Amino acid sequence: MNLRELEPGTEARGLGPTILAVEGISLAFGGVKALSEVSFEVREREIRAIIGPNGAGKSSMLNVINGVYRPQAGKISFRGETHAHMEPRRSAELGIARTFQSLALFKGMSVLDNILAGRSLLMKSNLLLQALRIGPALREEIEHRKRVEEIIDFLEIPHVRKTPVGRLPYGLQKRVDLGRALAAEPKVLLLDEPMAGMNMEEKQDMSRFILDVNDEFGTTIVLIEHDMGVVMDLSDRVVVLDYGRKIADGTPDEVRASQAVIDAYLGVKH
Amino acid sequence: MEALRRPSTITFFVLLAIAAVMPMVLGQAKFPQWLEVALGGLLTGVLYSLVALGLVLIFKASGVFNFAQGAMVLFAALTLVRLAEKMPLALAIVLTLAVMIALAWLIERLVLRPLVNQEGIVLFMATLGVAYFLDGFGQAVWGSDIYTLHVGMPKEPKIILEGFFDGGVLVDMEDLVAAIIAAVLVAALTLFFQKTGTGRALRAVADDHQAAQSIGIPLNRIWVIVWSVAGLVALVAGIVWGSKLGVQFSLSQVALKALPVVILGGFTSIPGAIVGGLIIGLGEKLSEVYLGPFFGGGIEAWFAYVLALVFLLFRPEGLFGEKIIDRV
Amino acid sequence: MIYRETGQFKTTYASDQQLFPILQDRVFVIGALAFAFVAVPFIASDYMFRAILTPFLILSLAALGLNILVGYCGQVSLGTGGFMAVGAYAAYNFAVRIPQLDLLVIFILAGLCAAAVGVVFGIPSLRIKGFYLAVATLAAQFFIDWAFARIKWFTNDIPSGSVSAPPLEILGYGIEGPQRKYLLVLAIVSLAALVARNLTRGAIGRSWMATRDMDVAAEVIGIRPLTAKLSAFAVSSFFVGISGALWAFVYLGSWEPLAFDVNRSFQLLFMVIIGGLGSILGSFLGAAFIVILPLVLNQLPAMLGIPLSTAMVSDIEFMVFGALIVFFLIVEPRGLARLWAIGKEKLRLWPFPH
Repeated sequence: MNLRELEPGTEARGLGPTILAVEGISLAFGGVKALSEVSFEVREREIRAIIGPNGAGKSSMLNVINGVYRPQAGKISFRGETHAHMEPRRSAELGIARTFQSLALFKGMSVLDNILAGRSLLMKSNLLLQALRIGPALREEIEHRKRVEEIIDFLEIPHVRKTPVGRLPYGLQKRVDLGRALAAEPKVLLLDEPMAGMNMEEKQDMSRFILDVNDEFGTTIVLIEHDMGVVMDLSDRVVVLDYGRKIADGTPDEVRASQAVIDAYLGVKH
Repeated sequence: MEALRRPSTITFFVLLAIAAVMPMVLGQAKFPQWLEVALGGLLTGVLYSLVALGLVLIFKASGVFNFAQGAMVLFAALTLVRLAEKMPLALAIVLTLAVMIALAWLIERLVLRPLVNQEGIVLFMATLGVAYFLDGFGQAVWGSDIYTLHVGMPKEPKIILEGFFDGGVLVDMEDLVAAIIAAVLVAALTLFFQKTGTGRALRAVADDHQAAQSIGIPLNRIWVIVWSVAGLVALVAGIVWGSKLGVQFSLSQVALKALPVVILGGFTSIPGAIVGGLIIGLGEKLSEVYLGPFFGGGIEAWFAYVLALVFLLFRPEGLFGEKIIDRV
Repeated sequence: MIYRETGQFKTTYASDQQLFPILQDRVFVIGALAFAFVAVPFIASDYMFRAILTPFLILSLAALGLNILVGYCGQVSLGTGGFMAVGAYAAYNFAVRIPQLDLLVIFILAGLCAAAVGVVFGIPSLRIKGFYLAVATLAAQFFIDWAFARIKWFTNDIPSGSVSAPPLEILGYGIEGPQRKYLLVLAIVSLAALVARNLTRGAIGRSWMATRDMDVAAEVIGIRPLTAKLSAFAVSSFFVGISGALWAFVYLGSWEPLAFDVNRSFQLLFMVIIGGLGSILGSFLGAAFIVILPLVLNQLPAMLGIPLSTAMVSDIEFMVFGALIVFFLIVEPRGLARLWAIGKEKLRLWPFPH
């Protein structure tokens, strides 16, 4: 049963037009083909899941969307503009933020600083003003601190805000990763296995956060996830990859019933 | 090997050859004099290579950049020279080798093992500490005068090719013998790495410590072996350098020069250490003699490093090293 | 018990973000500064100023600069001596060629020159990291060494190659004698420490630390590696350049390029490692340690009644440095600053056991 159907007044989910589309993306590392001609689109305010067996190319797909990898072929469209490839900074400027499978947090910095770092693009004051910490620089620090504290409250981690992230338990680190991505106030949020390594309770918390982000801020979410229960409950539509190819694309129910998908997961050669 | 077929490698050597013969093309020098300078440079390069060899060995097998290699060379030379004062040379050499092995064991136990999971830069700084310690220790124990090392190297320069050129070409026989020693050493080491079981284990360890451990390779013992071999190489380098220059403090400055050699040749390549050393030696001498006068001299102080810098920008893996890939 | 923070509640972000939010820290720092500015000039002997305090302060500034580059931004540099030299010779040239300039202006200009050179030699950091970068900075060091030794224009064509600073004067007020020199240096270094603290707490400091910890992720959240790394080189070299100018003008008086050679670079790196990477306090602690250690080693044998030659003392110095580097890297990579922080933690409970 999809959680989205349970929420009152969500018959019309209010999904917008296509905000992100990838077309014919092919990516290879030397001789290894990670992605072959993958195309799908994501609608505004949608929660789109990408699933598939290990090595299917899911993380690579996210990396292409946000510019960490450059595809050999294909296009990426974001809010109407088409690009042959993205760069990390450009995708950040356009409003795409992400979390990482292996966290990639700034271990030497506190939770507060990590999330504040996520607001880098929104901070404008120059070197000299920062050096003297007066005027606009000081006001900016305080303004952004307010927003970051809101995110910290939202993620229920105020008690560890000054702790260096390296010392936090894994579940809390995952939340900081999410917080850092949220800090940029993105239009599209790419989540790479946000529930990996979590127990039941932590997964429920994380699911709640993801739903809240989508509801309250209208953020479009593209997530990679292995836990089928989570995927079926949270997402509006699902893309299934296998060996770098798209083998299914539709609502969770449609995908669950697809023979190709069943074969892929059972390891049947096709 | 494939590295030689890459267009950038070929381009580099072509440019090098052109730059090298430029002084003759421009009429600044005649062939015999040029040959003397070039040979002198090449042979100095061999000496650099000997030091760089130890660096490559340790990096190949433990992924550690051993800044203390130069200090090891000096320490080996000092130990040998002082022991040789009191006993026959052969015995002194054997004892010094034993000392270097003991040193390797100590370094592995006290420095490497506690730092085993740290990143490269931490280990590099640790070897910096070892270098300083060894410098101080060597001098404290053995004294800091200049000692001459007599190992029976030929001291008289020889004039060759008299038939071909007027007055012939002056060649330092000692350098020539050093070059031969280096060649033998390189051949032996390459064989060791490619053909023996221990050599294979060393290469596995360099690739991935944890994986190597999980298939039962005794990491600690391997590291002691590697550092001992590096100690042996340091001893050979110490003998050659010490015989030529006398054993003195400035010998450890040679260590710094070995860094550009390794960058040029590639951190993981034994032949690269030789080629890199030759190029640096040749380039230094040629540029000092033929370019120097335009700049007021002293180019030798920075030529090697600036060349290394250029390589770092365009070819960080060096001429023969493996490409470094960063995965996200 | 002394270091309890209970009861110190912050009600605004501004107060939480102030320089020293904990009362005890504020009291300690203000006390220390007052002592340094007001009491020390009357208590300390000339020897203490000349041999200990002034060099300690100037080297702390250099260590601070290097710590910004290595500790906060993770870019290893073995060329710090070279950047000090740039600051020293730039100050010299400004002072000699444009004598109307006030000394403080000269120092700032010297810092800016060093910053420019730092940025140029920092460009390789965009492509290489770790010890590869260390070798590249060695290129900077040796090249700068050579440039100041051989290019006559830099030394105003003085044949001996050794240059002297003009008499020091700020706004018409002469700076002679160890006390005044000490106060000048203390003022400059305190200000620099404040600026450094502000920068490392702000957006630019976060971009440095993010680049150090995980540069790919930093790029993904919009931090430009170019801006982060080159700004680190620029700010670091600015401080280092000013320290070079101070070292030459205030401490040495007259100098040769050798004063800023590769050994100086190593010395500063040791200060930063022993003192604590990524810590402003650490830069001071490391500098103090390295300035005081040789003096202690010199006096100790005599005090213990063991005669040692100066060569032996120098050798032992090397051994102790080397051993300490390894020791700190193994036991407490965050250096003396971390030990200080642990000490403060203990003060929370002391004299109670738990």
